[in-house]
Amino acid sequence: MTALMAILKRDLALAYRQRAELMQPMLFFVLVISLFPLAVGPEPKTLQLIGPGVIWVAAILSSLLGLERLFRDDFQDGSLEQLMLSSTSLPAAALVKVLAHWLTSILPLIVLSPLLALFLHLSEPMYWALLKTLLLGTPLLSLIGAIAVGLTVGLNRGGVLLALLLLPVFIPLLIFATSAVGSASMQLQYHAQLAIIGAMFLFSLALAPFAIAYALRVSQT
Amino acid sequence: MSVISVANLSVVKRDRLLFENLNFAVEQGSLLYVKGQNGAGKTSMLRVLAGLIEADAGEVYFTLQNIKDCREHYHQHLVYFGHKLGINSSLSAVENLQYWCQQHEVVISVDTIFYTLAQLNLVGLEDIPVANLSAGQQRRVALARFWFKHNAKLWILDEPFTALDTQGIELITKQITTFLSGGGAVVMTSHQALCIDYPTDELTLEYRI
Repeated sequence: MTALMAILKRDLALAYRQRAELMQPMLFFVLVISLFPLAVGPEPKTLQLIGPGVIWVAAILSSLLGLERLFRDDFQDGSLEQLMLSSTSLPAAALVKVLAHWLTSILPLIVLSPLLALFLHLSEPMYWALLKTLLLGTPLLSLIGAIAVGLTVGLNRGGVLLALLLLPVFIPLLIFATSAVGSASMQLQYHAQLAIIGAMFLFSLALAPFAIAYALRVSQT
Repeated sequence: MSVISVANLSVVKRDRLLFENLNFAVEQGSLLYVKGQNGAGKTSMLRVLAGLIEADAGEVYFTLQNIKDCREHYHQHLVYFGHKLGINSSLSAVENLQYWCQQHEVVISVDTIFYTLAQLNLVGLEDIPVANLSAGQQRRVALARFWFKHNAKLWILDEPFTALDTQGIELITKQITTFLSGGGAVVMTSHQALCIDYPTDELTLEYRI
């Protein structure tokens, strides 16, 4: 347990020291979303229509931007080797690293989302639906993303490959999340969509740590 | 009892057979010195021994147990020092070592870490990010691990002397000798001539085409 706490503390401390790098995905997120009202025009109806999709697409893209940080430095400086050669279980350590990554690079996006919802003229029920889908859906992005990062960490410049691997996998999440917000805009129930996103999240929470650990081991060769 | 032994070990890398049917055992208190040209497969062999990569054929045994079956137990008693130092350059020397100790379930006080770093001639550099240290000093930070893991039975060292000055080499050699006299086993590679006052077994890997 102390070993896992140590990983969490270290990763949070590192994120704080490299905060300039962490700001990039966040700025990208804000910029992309603030461009839409300018480009599409300030018509509230149009903005409401495209708003949830825009926020989700921006969230997926900006999470991809910061994803490589997850294991890249540790792989290059050998910390990952030392982690594998400790008695700490690798799947648990991977889960903690994903948690630290989510806290430092995705949670700020969610905190910023009310402001962006205002840009895109989302109504209050739509905003709440958006927030719930983001809270349930973004950990899924981090978990699945970590598997791909684990697989590509040994390759130089795995960045584009990472996007190609991951974007198709994120499509179901995108569909259910935007459809939940769409239902909310028509004052309809959206529990079904939330339940499906929640199920995907729990499924990946249970299995992804093992897949990440395996991917990292494969990358050592 | 042998600390580590291998049976019929073969490793292929990028379609090139590095070595095949390798058999050896390293007893308690003995030092195996692996020699060979660049590209002969020394690092790959050490990584197989440590359990970082799997051999294409053959098995590795730690105290007569296959390392695949006792990975956790094996790693509790292992110190591996590779080409990559395992030191994060944004963190300070003390933070790096504290993290490593917690990771490896080694209980050690901050004072001991400071004392060890002082022994390694790193006084006054404990609290600054490792990126600001010279290459040799960074290696000294990583090498401080040799003083911490007291329950280790095996050290696997890949070129531990690279970038060190004569005083550093002397210090590390002394620590290796102390560990060996205490019943530990060491497997190491080095391109420098080994000036160690201890009986040494040698294993030479031939470069194959």
